[in-house]
Amino acid sequence: MEHIRTTKVEQVKLLDRFSTSNKSLTGTLYLTATHLLFIDSSQRETWILHHHIAAVEKLPLTTSGCPLVIQCKNFRIVHFVVPRERDCHDIYNSLLQLSRTAKYEELYAFSYNPKQNESEQVKGWQLIDLAEEYKRMGVPNDYWQLSDANRDYKICETYPRELYVPRTASKPIIVGSSKFRSKGRFPVLSYYHKNKEAAICRCSQPLSGFSARCLEDEHMLQAISKANPSNRYMYVMDTRPKLNAMANRAAGKGYENEDNYSNIRFQFVGIENIHVMRSSLQKLLEVSGTRGLSVNDFLSGLENSGWLRHIKAVLDAAVFLAKVLIEKDWISFGHKFSDRCCQLDGDPKEISPVFTQFLESVWNLTEQFPQAFEYNEAFLLQIHEHVHSCQFGNFLGNCQKEREELKLKEKTYSLWPFLLAEQKKYQNPLYNPDFSPELTLLEPNTVSFNFKFWRNMYHQFDRSMHPRQSTFNLIMSTSEQNKQLEEDIKELEAKIKQRNGRSDVVFEKEQEQTAHPSPVALKSPLCFQKEQPLMPVNDAVRTIEGSNTADNRYSELVSEFSKAEPAVVSLEYGVARMTC
Amino acid sequence: MEFSELIKTATVENALLWRPGLPAVRGTLCITSHHLLLSSRPRGDLELWLLIRNVDAVEKRVCGSSGTITLRCKDLRVLQLEIPGMEQCLNIASSIEALSSVDSVMMMYPFFYRPPSLRLEQGWHRFPLERFFQRLSSQTSQWRLSTVNRDFSACPSYPPAVIVPAAVGDDTVAKAARFRQGGRFPVLSYFHPKNGTALLRSSQPLTGRNRRRCREDEQLLGTILDQGEQGFIIDTRSAQAAKQARMSGGGTEPKSSYPQWRRLHRALEREERTVLVHGAEGTDATLLVTALAQLILDPSCRSLEGFQGLLEREWIEAGHPFQLRCARSASWHGRGKQEAPLFVLFLDCVWQLSRQFPLSLEFGERLLLTLFDNAYASAYGTFLCNNERERSLCKVKESTHSLWAWLNQPEEKHKYLNPLYSHNPLVIWPSVEPQSIQLWQGLFLRWIRPSQHLDEAREEIQRLVQGKNSSSSKESRGRRQSPAAAAGTEGGR
Repeated sequence: MEHIRTTKVEQVKLLDRFSTSNKSLTGTLYLTATHLLFIDSSQRETWILHHHIAAVEKLPLTTSGCPLVIQCKNFRIVHFVVPRERDCHDIYNSLLQLSRTAKYEELYAFSYNPKQNESEQVKGWQLIDLAEEYKRMGVPNDYWQLSDANRDYKICETYPRELYVPRTASKPIIVGSSKFRSKGRFPVLSYYHKNKEAAICRCSQPLSGFSARCLEDEHMLQAISKANPSNRYMYVMDTRPKLNAMANRAAGKGYENEDNYSNIRFQFVGIENIHVMRSSLQKLLEVSGTRGLSVNDFLSGLENSGWLRHIKAVLDAAVFLAKVLIEKDWISFGHKFSDRCCQLDGDPKEISPVFTQFLESVWNLTEQFPQAFEYNEAFLLQIHEHVHSCQFGNFLGNCQKEREELKLKEKTYSLWPFLLAEQKKYQNPLYNPDFSPELTLLEPNTVSFNFKFWRNMYHQFDRSMHPRQSTFNLIMSTSEQNKQLEEDIKELEAKIKQRNGRSDVVFEKEQEQTAHPSPVALKSPLCFQKEQPLMPVNDAVRTIEGSNTADNRYSELVSEFSKAEPAVVSLEYGVARMTC
Repeated sequence: MEFSELIKTATVENALLWRPGLPAVRGTLCITSHHLLLSSRPRGDLELWLLIRNVDAVEKRVCGSSGTITLRCKDLRVLQLEIPGMEQCLNIASSIEALSSVDSVMMMYPFFYRPPSLRLEQGWHRFPLERFFQRLSSQTSQWRLSTVNRDFSACPSYPPAVIVPAAVGDDTVAKAARFRQGGRFPVLSYFHPKNGTALLRSSQPLTGRNRRRCREDEQLLGTILDQGEQGFIIDTRSAQAAKQARMSGGGTEPKSSYPQWRRLHRALEREERTVLVHGAEGTDATLLVTALAQLILDPSCRSLEGFQGLLEREWIEAGHPFQLRCARSASWHGRGKQEAPLFVLFLDCVWQLSRQFPLSLEFGERLLLTLFDNAYASAYGTFLCNNERERSLCKVKESTHSLWAWLNQPEEKHKYLNPLYSHNPLVIWPSVEPQSIQLWQGLFLRWIRPSQHLDEAREEIQRLVQGKNSSSSKESRGRRQSPAAAAGTEGGR
């Protein structure tokens, strides 16, 4: 709290970035320990979590006040005009401090309290169990086993404790192989395809330099090859462009020499490194942040950023690797969430949007296969939101070891139960669990024209750009009504049957059982007690004649994507105080 | 001219057909006066049935004893035919070229096409202007239906009936027509009942270098506005182009002669004003703008029936020169000066609207694609000729079938409906940010992108909506049949 000098500023203007006539809302700005809050004159609230703030900028003073532009990691950009320069300066300084957290313990997740009791908290963390995940894939089995080699994080700090390796890989082989790999990340099982007995393994680059070799590492790959008995060759996919891999040899790293490994085939898939990705996203955001953009500027900016090219490269590579689950692939195996997502004030060179790219690749798949995914776009957006929000413990830290040291499971809450509780919002009403049963693998078409700009991600807060009516809501409610109606029909049919059958039977019984009227006839059927189904979403649509193109009067869409806010925040005497 | 003179080779055995995304087919190729057919051997299935009018460009490549013909179609499909025998290949290519270049309207397929399920006169008078005027006259008495153009003498590209200000007589209108390019005097395009403003369209005034004036034209535009009221003239050209037009006899309305009108060359914010739209000829961008404005403002244009009416009134009868504009498409390398995809632009804009308001249009993408296809090559007479006068000279309405008759048949109609439609009485203001404008993949990638999964998803939506409708009627039937249950309801409430 020592960073906050001004907690409340009145008569602040929030500019509409895309209005042609410089429209704005006037309201009051509040600064709390965790959020920046703007309440406009019609009591609409805009919440900005400090952790979401990527950059704060004070623009030169204008006649109407001091402009303050805030860019967020969830791609929201807000433009305030604060009447007095001193207030603006105070808020600017506070936000600079508050958005840069130096210690994990100061992150929102450690103070966020959703009023769960301890057992709920524990349960939340147990929702996704990696052992279960591997069991689902059919591991352990004849070829693969759980290894305790990394029990104390001695072999590889950034790997989890539990690792699956070929049964034939002995501990000395593991240890030897890990010493030959960058950061000790030796080859371990990532995904196992039960039916085809094929495995995807993952590791870091070998420390081969120009000529070094390592017998244990060669044995390790041999063991993996043997654990895939139905495949003659083992493919080694290097995610880098070949040039990068070659350059790394000068630094004592590099790639496997095919002469030293038997039965392997080598392939570079050309995904650029994190530095290229970071600057690509920066270029993309420059484009989407520009006001009054022409179609030409937009399209050439999009092209220059190279972003969609990278997404295509990622998806091209992933075509081999099929469905990848978030928890397993990105968290336990040490994706450096903290560094890449800039949760703490750290090295800016370590920031990179690889996880955003993953989500975007998934979104591209959902666009091509509208029936293959149980979740929808809102789910992907919400995950992205919380990777940066630091509100839940799931994405904090860089690897399992660091997460354990932080005692995340005791001190913070898991995101999944919250998503689960709202799962209706994230369901795809068109999801078909039997989708292409003959295809256990989706075969996305990675022809260039299939890659589109993800407007709902990069402009998720610029409502005026979005479709004004939601097909999703309508389909969702229609499919719900269908289910309810089908149930009602079943119930009614049963009743009709019963009544028809009963008319004679009951008649006979009536003399004996007058005191006990048939429970069936009198029990009020469930279906009529419930409220009439909601009317089509259209009624909620308020395209008011006289509404500007930039206005967003489509209330349904506002609620649809609304983000989870703190449970209770009370505002007393102008001081915002968290009470939850 | 006889078609047989143009067909040098009518059949070729053992031709190979390549289509994007489909396996190659070998079979017999056949050329008739209007179609290119390919039936596969040995089974004899008809694989291709292509209207030759659909062919935009023919490219031939001969190598050795066989040749390949690439057909670039107006519907953006690309077909390849491998034909044995060099001479045969060249013959086929030149036959297709000749047949696809026939420009006599009466030789076109609609004059020969006779589907058994339709009658010739069906659908031709489905959207009379009289009915449109009837609705208008219940809202205002400022306008009247004029037959000044009944013999096409005032304006050859206008229909016989038009709507003009009630306060001016036909004499005045006829004189004003002489002051407008092509005789296209200002007529009513749309009346907005909520605030009483009107949308008019015309062509440019023929002011020329000498700043000619025309009292009747000034009078016509003057009576539309009340005392002190101001209207806008939206010139679809740039200010520069409008100025230059004076050199060739055209021009703009000078402020001094039209004091109540303000001229603009750009878009403007919402103002409750009467607007006159024109560019130069008033048959292209003008119609594009007026038709789209109506789709945005008027919910009745957003139904399947209403949209057809809008097309009939604002494109076909309003004299968009379909024949000239759609004679060739983008693949043709000839020097066409009249060809232009104005109607495609309109369809794309409508599609953009349908993306932003997916529940507000009663028709779906399929209708837009069908209109696109038929504007360029059709079995129906609806898009033939450049205006009503030509249609009447060619007896299009007597000798061809109407597209509307065909697609309003119950078994056809359902294909064009949007299952999610529900009437939206409000104005649909679209977002025009670059990020909101999308590539119309359904049109431009129609033949090259695999659409199976998207089609299945669309069918699933259809199934869900139909399922709901049939379940709710079944449920209410069930409720009626189960009075005991109904009694239970009352007890339960």
